[in-house]
Amino acid sequence: MSQFNDLARNGLWSNNPALVQLLGLCPLLAVSNSLVNALGLGLATLMVLVGANISVSLIRYHVPDSVRLPAFVMIIAAFVTCADLLMQAYTFELHRTLGIFIPLIVTNCAILGRADAFASKNPILPAATDGLMMGLGFASVLILLGGIRELFGSGTLFADMHQLLGPIAADWQMTVFPDYDFLFLVLPPGAFFATGLLIALKNWIDGRLAKRRQRQQPTSAQSRRVRVTGTIR
Amino acid sequence: MSLMHAEQTAIRHPGDSGRLMAWVAIATLPGIITLTWHFGWGVITNILLAILMGWSLEATVMRLRRRPIVATLRDNSALVTAILLGASLPPASPWWLLLVGMIAAIIVAKHLFGGLGHNPFNPAMVGYALLLISFPVPMTQWTAPLGLLSSQAPSLSDIVFHITGLSGTTLPDTWTGATALDAFKNKPETVMASEFWATSPLPEGARTAWYSVSLAWLAGGMLLLYQRIIGWQIPAAMLGSVLLAATVLYAVDPSHHGSPLFHLLGGATLFGAFFIATDPVSAATSRRGKLFYGAGIGLLIMLIRTSGGYPDAVAFAVLLMNFTVPFIDYYTQPRAQGHSRPNHGIKPPPSSNEDRR
Repeated sequence: MSQFNDLARNGLWSNNPALVQLLGLCPLLAVSNSLVNALGLGLATLMVLVGANISVSLIRYHVPDSVRLPAFVMIIAAFVTCADLLMQAYTFELHRTLGIFIPLIVTNCAILGRADAFASKNPILPAATDGLMMGLGFASVLILLGGIRELFGSGTLFADMHQLLGPIAADWQMTVFPDYDFLFLVLPPGAFFATGLLIALKNWIDGRLAKRRQRQQPTSAQSRRVRVTGTIR
Repeated sequence: MSLMHAEQTAIRHPGDSGRLMAWVAIATLPGIITLTWHFGWGVITNILLAILMGWSLEATVMRLRRRPIVATLRDNSALVTAILLGASLPPASPWWLLLVGMIAAIIVAKHLFGGLGHNPFNPAMVGYALLLISFPVPMTQWTAPLGLLSSQAPSLSDIVFHITGLSGTTLPDTWTGATALDAFKNKPETVMASEFWATSPLPEGARTAWYSVSLAWLAGGMLLLYQRIIGWQIPAAMLGSVLLAATVLYAVDPSHHGSPLFHLLGGATLFGAFFIATDPVSAATSRRGKLFYGAGIGLLIMLIRTSGGYPDAVAFAVLLMNFTVPFIDYYTQPRAQGHSRPNHGIKPPPSSNEDRR
């Protein structure tokens, strides 16, 4: 079980594709200007990531090393086409808003990276878990970013959710700050800025956790020995 | 000759950024006074509010970073950033506009990058660019040059009311007018330049006002040059390239381009050349590099003014050239006495002799 715990911790936090590996930044920065866009692209990426990881894991003994990358890209492209057609069928308006960024999921390095680094070397179940966790990690950062940018950029939350979830969500829009507009966060520079702040926040939390762990560790008598050689820090 | 009186040493300002920045602040005075004379008390309120915010923000960040507060405030860099931003914004800007700009300048552009000396971008221009893309409406409403003493000009109480932001984002129409560059940029394509000026598109005296403000900035810049706070390279290269590009454009098609004089004096060109582009932290450092840096800014200004979306472009041009500073510095690093030319760029393949060794 610990392997799956490790996979979850890796994907969601310590090796998060968006905040640590900084992969797939193009869609992350481009479509995170509202919650609905972020959620739509996050779900599509998650689906592609899980599907690609499972398929790559299935064929891992049958693809020669020299052509593995083209093969993986073909698999990913197939899943992206599925996601594209599904979104066109069921969430047409959102599909039009996201536009080119759905086909561009193919070029999301996070997906190819997981296929090559993990799925091609592991059995199906860990590969699927890894895809799920990495996808969730990516999607959660995307959604967080979308929420921040929508809230502080245009003052609303959950606007246009019906594009993704159907008529139930038609009146979900919350206007938090009426008559509010901060174009900077809606435009691309705001995406870079907000992502930078999120990365800084994650590093800050990590630093705090590490410090606390250090404090809780009892200092044994041996570690107090005075070092007489090497660099003393 | 007495060796005891070594007054003329090579270094005139031994690392005292407080003194340096204080001189920059003093040199802005002619420009500020002229701006106030033509555009009213709003200029002064802008600058005073910005200075207050700049000092408080700097003190807050210093407290968070556990650094000495007073010693940092004494380097006067926050003061200069505040003056430059305050003078760039439309007079009588509401307080929230100034606050957002100063937060972007002091906290984001300066301290998130490591504080004074580590910022790759000019803080005041980061603040200005952020405001310009975020709040286009209040940022493009420049007050009309009614003069400080005229009866039509807004009184101090009107201005204070507007600064509180209670009167909405827009100034009353009687106070505002387009800047000269803005009006010229937005003239219809079919209107010739001569016809455009014949229709007197600007409020009374606007062109004179802008020209005299530019000349006042020039006077301040001369003071900085005389005091050797700034070198001549950046302003000369920047003004030279603006002049050259404007002359070429004007010679090719005088009916649709402003005259060189208009481009030199009609906007923030002189202000930018002496006070913005010469920021010692974010500008190129070598003498040859400064020439490239200044010329790049001038060319970008003309490029954006003629085919870009904004009427004036000093902020964007300076920020874009700030990006290139590491590159410029790398290639223009002066050669130390006795050293051979550095081998930059793509190195030639090692010859077989070296391989054997």
